[in-house]
Amino acid sequence: MIEPALRVEGVRKSYGHVEVLKGIDMQVKPGEVACLVGPSGSGKSTFLRCINHLEKINSGRLYVHGELVGYQEKKGRLYELSDRVVCRKRAEIGMVFQNFNLFQHMSVLENIIEAPVRVLKISKDEAIAHARELLELVGLSGREESLPKQLSGGQQQRVAITRALAMRPKLMLFDEPTSALDPELVGEVLTAMQNLANSGMTMIVVTHEMGFARKVADTVAFMDAGLIVESGPPDQILDNPKQERTKSFFSKVL
Amino acid sequence: MDSKRKKSPISTAPVNSEATILNAVPIRHYGRWITTIFLLLVAMVMAKSLITNPRFRWGIVGEYIISTPILEGLRLTLLLTVVAQVLGVLIGIILAIMRLSSNRVLSRAAWIYIWFFRGTPLLVQLIFWYNISALYPEISIGIPFGPTFWQGNANELITPFAVAILGLALNEGAYMAEIVRGGILGIDRGQSESAKALGMTHMQTLRRIILPQAVKVIIPPTGNQTILMLKTTSLVSVLALADLLYTAQTIYARTFETMPLLLVVSLWYLGITSVLTFGQFFLERHFTEGKQERISFTQRLTGRSSMRKNSSQLGQAEKVERND
Repeated sequence: MIEPALRVEGVRKSYGHVEVLKGIDMQVKPGEVACLVGPSGSGKSTFLRCINHLEKINSGRLYVHGELVGYQEKKGRLYELSDRVVCRKRAEIGMVFQNFNLFQHMSVLENIIEAPVRVLKISKDEAIAHARELLELVGLSGREESLPKQLSGGQQQRVAITRALAMRPKLMLFDEPTSALDPELVGEVLTAMQNLANSGMTMIVVTHEMGFARKVADTVAFMDAGLIVESGPPDQILDNPKQERTKSFFSKVL
Repeated sequence: MDSKRKKSPISTAPVNSEATILNAVPIRHYGRWITTIFLLLVAMVMAKSLITNPRFRWGIVGEYIISTPILEGLRLTLLLTVVAQVLGVLIGIILAIMRLSSNRVLSRAAWIYIWFFRGTPLLVQLIFWYNISALYPEISIGIPFGPTFWQGNANELITPFAVAILGLALNEGAYMAEIVRGGILGIDRGQSESAKALGMTHMQTLRRIILPQAVKVIIPPTGNQTILMLKTTSLVSVLALADLLYTAQTIYARTFETMPLLLVVSLWYLGITSVLTFGQFFLERHFTEGKQERISFTQRLTGRSSMRKNSSQLGQAEKVERND
């Protein structure tokens, strides 16, 4: 059996006394696109942040490409990984944020080559060549020298996607990538994401764009109150949900 | 007002058309006229006294202002300012990073440092360092409770100059730490998060992403601190260190020309402060990147921005629009 890109077993996470994730189980195969949908506060973003260890989980197991995230298991005991190793593993997972989070003091090109040069220790020329290639794919050739604040939200988000891709990740995480955008700019970002999905990238997308989920996702998982209530192919979840909670959510959203 | 606007649609007319220029009589600022006249009178009285009061002895001021001992003192004052401020900034950055560290021991240690050095007068600290040999006559370098590699006499080692630098820099570091910390905290959390997500280490994130952006916020208060430092160095006169003030003091102790020499000192401090203010302005402007409105130095001094100058006509048309 092929090792899943993401395997999650009984993951729990609390902030103080508030339990945000109450036992998440999930599997994503390589090349698949999984969309996480659900009301705000249901723990979608927190779960996404656990996958690249931006948040530490309290219990359960989380594997990316068969490797435990943030820990090492030896003779039945868990050992926390050093910051250095965690950083190296994070570099294999791309993440795109709701607010783009481009480095404000750097040009588009500098934003993209920063991590490849500093983290992967790729030569600057090679990084620049790769960055230009990727920028062309998202239709941003010629904006290399622009500063983030000179770009529209849609352009900034496409740069952010490019920046993540420049690390040649095996898995891409999207945290509500279109929620901070003007409605007319949503399309260009979704198109870029769809192209990425078509190229075979494994993607986990937290989104409220049901149209995108229906068109692109292989799996849709509906989350509520820290649990995955229901998951399956988009048609089934969006059109014929079994659970009451899912039905009532989609009846309001769709 | 509303009915009037409907008749003449000021809000939609182009700004430069005849219709928008209001030939209204501006408000008369009687209060301004009165205060202007009053302050002019005060200034004239002061100017007259400065010129005609022979006890200012401007001739002596002129004699001393570029005399060798005064210039030597000025040199030391500037040297102390630069060295202590640079060291202070470095200490401040290190303390700020410690303070924000997730390592509780480091952050608490930095907190105690800042608490101590901000909580005691600098003058006391300077005198304390000056007399440190009373506490530790011998200073040695080695491993605690282990062997000693090097040993020296504290009195020889800690010269007044070293005390001055030590005292000023350690104290400055505490203030700079708070400034740097404020700058770092002012940066959006998303910046460090995305750096982390890209696999950058804590130090890389700090050095490449956070500090370069925090500099913009840190520069203006650091300029103020430098100006403050220039004047604070005069405290070292208690260490019998021949800075600008102490040099003047030794001269007037001999000649009793107290006032002229204090004028000499004040003029020099004023002059250097002005130069530093000027430099601070350009530094600030350099770090305000982008296409924001750039104001010139004179505009800032007079408190006038170019926006306000041509806004009298334009502004009225805009105001009407906004009221809609």
